[in-house]
Amino acid sequence: MSRVRLMPRLDIKGPNLIKGIHLEGLRVIGDPNTYARKYYEAGADELIYMDIVASLYGRNNLTEIVERAARDVFVPMTVGGGIRSVADARTILRAGADKVAVNTAAVAQPELITEIARVFGSQCMVLSIEAKRTRDGAWEAFTDNGREHTGLDVVTWVRQGVEMGAGEILLTSVDREGTRRGFDIELVNAVATAVPVPVIASGGMGSVDDLVTVVGSGRADAVAMADILHYDRLSLAEVRDGVLAAGIEARRVFSDAA
Amino acid sequence: MNKTVTIVDYGMGNLLSVTRAVAHCGARPRISESADEIAKAECLILPGVGAFADGMAGLRQRGLVETLIDYASSGRPLLAICLGMQMLLDESAEFGLCNGLGVVPGRVEAIPATSSDGAPHKVPHIGWADLRPPSETANGRWSGTVLAGLESGVSAYFVHSFTAMPDDPRHRLADADYNGRRITAAIRRGNVYGTQFHPEKSGPAGLRIMDNFLNLE
Repeated sequence: MSRVRLMPRLDIKGPNLIKGIHLEGLRVIGDPNTYARKYYEAGADELIYMDIVASLYGRNNLTEIVERAARDVFVPMTVGGGIRSVADARTILRAGADKVAVNTAAVAQPELITEIARVFGSQCMVLSIEAKRTRDGAWEAFTDNGREHTGLDVVTWVRQGVEMGAGEILLTSVDREGTRRGFDIELVNAVATAVPVPVIASGGMGSVDDLVTVVGSGRADAVAMADILHYDRLSLAEVRDGVLAAGIEARRVFSDAA
Repeated sequence: MNKTVTIVDYGMGNLLSVTRAVAHCGARPRISESADEIAKAECLILPGVGAFADGMAGLRQRGLVETLIDYASSGRPLLAICLGMQMLLDESAEFGLCNGLGVVPGRVEAIPATSSDGAPHKVPHIGWADLRPPSETANGRWSGTVLAGLESGVSAYFVHSFTAMPDDPRHRLADADYNGRRITAAIRRGNVYGTQFHPEKSGPAGLRIMDNFLNLE
């Protein structure tokens, strides 16, 4: 039985949880650990951390944030932003992350995908994609928060990445990110039906209906959500109840499990 | 609880989460790659994320293979998680055949690439799945084990492409279902436990399992 995973996504800049639109125009939301704990306690299936400026500056300052979160958060954490080598991946995994998400460095040196998968297992190697629609109805992969062209067709690149060892895809629609206009369903479906590994749809969730559509028509395996939770427009429990009410399988959270 | 729990460091993956979960349950975690310390441990956790061959190589490089086999036969509690659990078996088919510790007879095999009705499904299996007592054994078998107090159907978090196939059904403690494919979720041989899922990543239910383990006699 496949179950959709509900994954709060925390975009990080420096010490802060932030949120933007189209990955730009960033606003500070607050202390990431406060939000991480809140989402864990509300039954998040996993958390995603993305240092969204790390690749611009060629550094990664997420280690401390992840270490702190690992004291209180006992669900999986995927961490990305600025991971350029097996050594970087090892550092962030030893800080408490379970998976690393790699975009820029994977584009620059695709063999890094294979190296990370070989050392830590493919389930640990999440290929992060920033996708923008092109005029001819396809999608191009971008890096650096949707600023830098790669010239790569998203579906082709995802197929290659999975052949090289990526075990999961974090698929962010730059066009929809932060807009609350719903996911890019065609994009998600094109990727999810192209590869045999799970796809996390990210970017654009404005309602439970959007989630239901991206899982149903889009074939997403997991859904990342950010400002809908950060701004308390819906609680995680409301999202989960809505998903279950729509007949989609999700983890049932028992508050008395402990 | 003043129990010191030794966590084996052999260069693979996420030690911090296991450490934090142990501390959360009130025990003292100690990370070690020393054969001497591990041999004398009162309570041992073998964690692990990664590829089978690398895991075994990490153990060999530190001279831990015999140490762990001896420890497992001592009757003291051992909890092996994910790759750690897979290494308890005789061998794995991941990246070519590779020998394991042979503490629990059986093999580690790839999760089939299709569901039981033949449709392709996603591998690795990532996500939450329900734990159930194995079909061969009666319900109620969880009492007195690390799963004590949990109800059949409780969810735990899995991330894996391979699954253990113990030869002896009595070594199965819990199963999970993945699109009709049987996943060995937990194994037990005496005080040696293995979980394919990650208790340290399975929320409150996982912490309960960790707590049960730390309180084993």
